[in-house]
Amino acid sequence: MESGFYIKSFCHIKDHKVSLNGSVIYDDKDALDFLEFIKAAYRSFDIKYPKFFKMDGLSKLAFLASDLILQKEKLNIEDENNIAIVFSNKSSSLDTDEKHQESIQNKDNYYPSPAVFVYTLPNICIGEISIKYKLHSENSFFIFDSFNAEYLSDYTNSLLLANKADEALCGWVEFDGVAYDAFLYLVSKEGTTTHTKQNIVNLYNT
Amino acid sequence: MSKIYASYNNIISSLGFDSQTVVQNIHNENSGLRLIDDKDLLPDPFYSSIINTEDLYADFKQLNNEGQFTRLEQMMISSLSKVIKASKTPLTNRVGLIISTTKGNIDALNKNNEFLKERAYLSSLGKVVKETLGFKNDAIVVSNACVSGILSIAIAKRYINHGTYDDVFIVSGDMVSEFIITGFNSFQALSNEPCKPYDKDRTGVNIGEVAASILVTNNEKGLPKEAVAILGEGSCNDANHISGPSRTGEGLFRSVQSAFKEGNVTHTDIDYISAHGTATLFNDETESIAFNRLNLNKVPLNSLKGYFGHTLGASGLVETIVGMYSLQNNTLYTSLGFKEPGTSKPLNIITKTTPKQLNIFLKTASGFGGCNTAVIFQKVK
Repeated sequence: MESGFYIKSFCHIKDHKVSLNGSVIYDDKDALDFLEFIKAAYRSFDIKYPKFFKMDGLSKLAFLASDLILQKEKLNIEDENNIAIVFSNKSSSLDTDEKHQESIQNKDNYYPSPAVFVYTLPNICIGEISIKYKLHSENSFFIFDSFNAEYLSDYTNSLLLANKADEALCGWVEFDGVAYDAFLYLVSKEGTTTHTKQNIVNLYNT
Repeated sequence: MSKIYASYNNIISSLGFDSQTVVQNIHNENSGLRLIDDKDLLPDPFYSSIINTEDLYADFKQLNNEGQFTRLEQMMISSLSKVIKASKTPLTNRVGLIISTTKGNIDALNKNNEFLKERAYLSSLGKVVKETLGFKNDAIVVSNACVSGILSIAIAKRYINHGTYDDVFIVSGDMVSEFIITGFNSFQALSNEPCKPYDKDRTGVNIGEVAASILVTNNEKGLPKEAVAILGEGSCNDANHISGPSRTGEGLFRSVQSAFKEGNVTHTDIDYISAHGTATLFNDETESIAFNRLNLNKVPLNSLKGYFGHTLGASGLVETIVGMYSLQNNTLYTSLGFKEPGTSKPLNIITKTTPKQLNIFLKTASGFGGCNTAVIFQKVK
């Protein structure tokens, strides 16, 4: 269905590579694991947001992909930037859930912590991005078995058509503690790639 | 745009296994909160509202489902199957399924749990509910902290407006688990007495459990007496802090404004507010600021946390359902636990069950991650 909206830009983070609009802008094949990779990637982009290091893995992943897209928008955070955030994944906040579970598994070694527990919700990463860019906008986090372009695009179109948002940052941010895969895209009235299910799937697979 | 309704519904909770029974208990100011002393959940006793396991098992058994089901799956399937049956809606490909939960089968992560770790995936919960009840479409799982339940109603409405579906069944649920209780306890957010939303002596939350289900539909035929039209909704972020509300109530303020704008209503149209009221110092204070900024400080308001505790991903839906009966019965229900004002801005807290002609109510919720949701409902008949 033609919605009149476009995919203005998109970002992938997977296989130890970061790419923006299809071009690889950072890669580190030798990175030992996700955490080492994402921290090195963050440093390479000179973002200067120390809170990044306090975030859990899922938030680090979502934050970096979002930041690379939103940086290009040159937003003035004093202005109203009505950009909705619509994210999805399979594992919710599983990596942090397991950390909290470890802290309570053994009654003789019991150390539950609020700094961990707060990240046992997938939408916290949306909060992190909203705080950095002062986005007082619509947000929702969906869980699907696999990337679901149809549910995402229908929902995004409904938000934009109802004027609940001017633009929407959408996509997939998956991290299960080992494997990771982020694909985020900005839907707007401007752009060249039309916002259709097929185009989203094509971009996801590039 | 055609009207969209919140229609047939069910609540499974410590106050009963159907909405009418639960609402009757609330009418009589009966709380489901009890002191729970269970070392498998928390070293110290705590107040909670927990569904009776034998009753749940007996209720679920009547459905004759084959296979092994977790406690939460039993709660959700029992609840939703009653709504499907009452609505007589055939489960065609025009019917959607939304599951609203924060933590799902999180207890499956515990090494001592009888179910495999894979059961903790929320998509797995979606699949079990879909397949057991015979939905054609895959479940859309909404996991957006403590606004999930009310946000699901907004999401269902949006999918129907967009033409994706004609009907959407929502089932919401979270259980009282060691995972959740220890987490809230680590925040020092748990009260060691029954919670007191908005009261000057409030000391924090009680966590409780319910499963609640509802049909959202564009079909105005055959609606039950308690059905309401969804006039407007909004869901805005505080953009302030991941675990504390904004001091100005910014996200809540904007969510209500967004719902007002869409519904073409103003503060003078609102007869009743079903608020979030977790009974933490900060949450209730922030709500009072937001409602004053919206000129809603004189509108009768309650928190239902004194009956169920905070039921997390289900709270927004169970509280919406009680609000629907509030309109149908033209009755304001007591905000249990409140005695003396304890917020810096005044609120009109409901202190006893009161008959009053009601037409429109506002439901709000707020959650971790800075999320807030507001939905406005109007009586149909």
